[in-house]
Amino acid sequence: MKQLLKGNEAVAEAAIAAGCRCFFGYPITPQNEIPEYMSWRMKEVGGHFVQAESEVSAINMVYGAGGAGARAMTSSSSPGVSLKQEGISYIAGAEVPCVIVNMMRAGPGLGGIQPSQSDYFQATKGGGHGDYRMLVYAPSSVQEAADLTYKAFFRADYYRNPVMILGDGMLGQMMEPAQIPEAVDVNSLPKKSWAAKGNNGGKQRVINSIFMNPDTLEAHNAHLTEKYEEMKKLDTMFEHYRTDDAEVVLVAYGIVARICKAAVDMLRESGIKAGLFRPITLFPFPYGEIAKLSDGAAKTFVSVELSCGQLIEDVKLGLFDSKNRPEVGIFARVGGNVMKPEDVAEYIKSGRITQSWIK
Amino acid sequence: MKQIIVSGFGGQGVLSLGLMLSYAAMKENRNTSFLPSYGPEMRGGTANCSVVISNKEVASPVISRPDLLVAFNEPSLVRFLPALNEGGRFFVDSETAKKEVISRKDAVAVPLDKLCGNNKKGHNIAMLGVMLGFTGLKLESAEYAVQYVFKNKPQFIEANIACLHAGVDYALKAGLK
Repeated sequence: MKQLLKGNEAVAEAAIAAGCRCFFGYPITPQNEIPEYMSWRMKEVGGHFVQAESEVSAINMVYGAGGAGARAMTSSSSPGVSLKQEGISYIAGAEVPCVIVNMMRAGPGLGGIQPSQSDYFQATKGGGHGDYRMLVYAPSSVQEAADLTYKAFFRADYYRNPVMILGDGMLGQMMEPAQIPEAVDVNSLPKKSWAAKGNNGGKQRVINSIFMNPDTLEAHNAHLTEKYEEMKKLDTMFEHYRTDDAEVVLVAYGIVARICKAAVDMLRESGIKAGLFRPITLFPFPYGEIAKLSDGAAKTFVSVELSCGQLIEDVKLGLFDSKNRPEVGIFARVGGNVMKPEDVAEYIKSGRITQSWIK
Repeated sequence: MKQIIVSGFGGQGVLSLGLMLSYAAMKENRNTSFLPSYGPEMRGGTANCSVVISNKEVASPVISRPDLLVAFNEPSLVRFLPALNEGGRFFVDSETAKKEVISRKDAVAVPLDKLCGNNKKGHNIAMLGVMLGFTGLKLESAEYAVQYVFKNKPQFIEANIACLHAGVDYALKAGLK
């Protein structure tokens, strides 16, 4: 049954449905509905909710619960996610599965509380230290927020790796009809042979990210890299909208992709062959699809983002080997401002495609 | 597709009116999105929300040009009226809006206080009643929405349903479309 849900609520309930029974968080706008929801819902399903004393503490609780084999989650918004980076690096190094939600707000620093996508680099290029990657899902509707959060727990377990849900304040706050995936039976989930939860004198299990011998650590790095390569093969997700014959391709993710869909329709009505390419996973990024589009009709690519030129770098990487040398531009609003569909359409119609977001 | 912006002071029921429009649309199995402004806004501050109701998938929840605008105060008119879509209509309280605003052909001025029997809390719901004909939403869907939004305050449901009906009756008598 569909319910009218806030993005934040959909994320929380989908996590419960996926068998998440441990949530640790610390309040920050615009994601407060997630811990608020979890605070009563976890009690109902016999799980654990802790409002930690800080974001650093919350991510380390996730490390502990995930290490003991539980499906664990934390959520925050930009400044809070920065505080979690040390823990995320340790979790990735120790190969502990978990889900981290970032409902982005504008930065840098404390910034503001309005929607933003300015943590793109942090999420996709390894926000913490050391060589690691996370699967990063960027939902663009409340339904997709539910579906991807649900999926995130399964992929996290599969890879023994953290998975990030990268949303923004708008997605967190808006409401749409959505259906929560069917709840799993927590007891029927596969047992984790590696989990450190005390085994009465049996074989010792250790969860750790310290490898003092360079050769051992190099081998560990190689093993991690193999996982990230497998993610590229198995997990890359994207959506094409009217790109078949598109000469102008907007590239956008999350809620901005919705705005761009409306802009594409406006442009088509005025005779401009526009389309939208939407990465659903930001890591792995669907570089190959951008390359394919440039082999076809696409002459211009425009990154539409709520950041000062982050997504555009991956668009350019996708076009690295392109023979056709398409034009690349950016349309951005930042600081918590959000573009309207008409703004995007006007920018394309103007024909003045620039590589700087500053007008 | 109908794109609607509701705007006014915090405490005027701006967000709950938008929410009820979305609930009613969902009840009819139509696609809908409800996008509230959020922030440090409090009673007396400004609040607005964008609602899209569509038979197709909702593309953008962010609205460039509203087809319907509800402006419960003057600042809302200043901010959103210039963007009103061609052929669009805007809704104001006839007892507080300026004469030159009410006299516009695209204005729908509603005596909210009179319809609600001086119940200021019912203004947004009377407006919902007036708007139904412009949105294509059914009365029973709106009744469901009112009941749903007030499910934790059942003591207000009866009075609110009365305001809803007063709005619907007013629109019918005035021949509003």
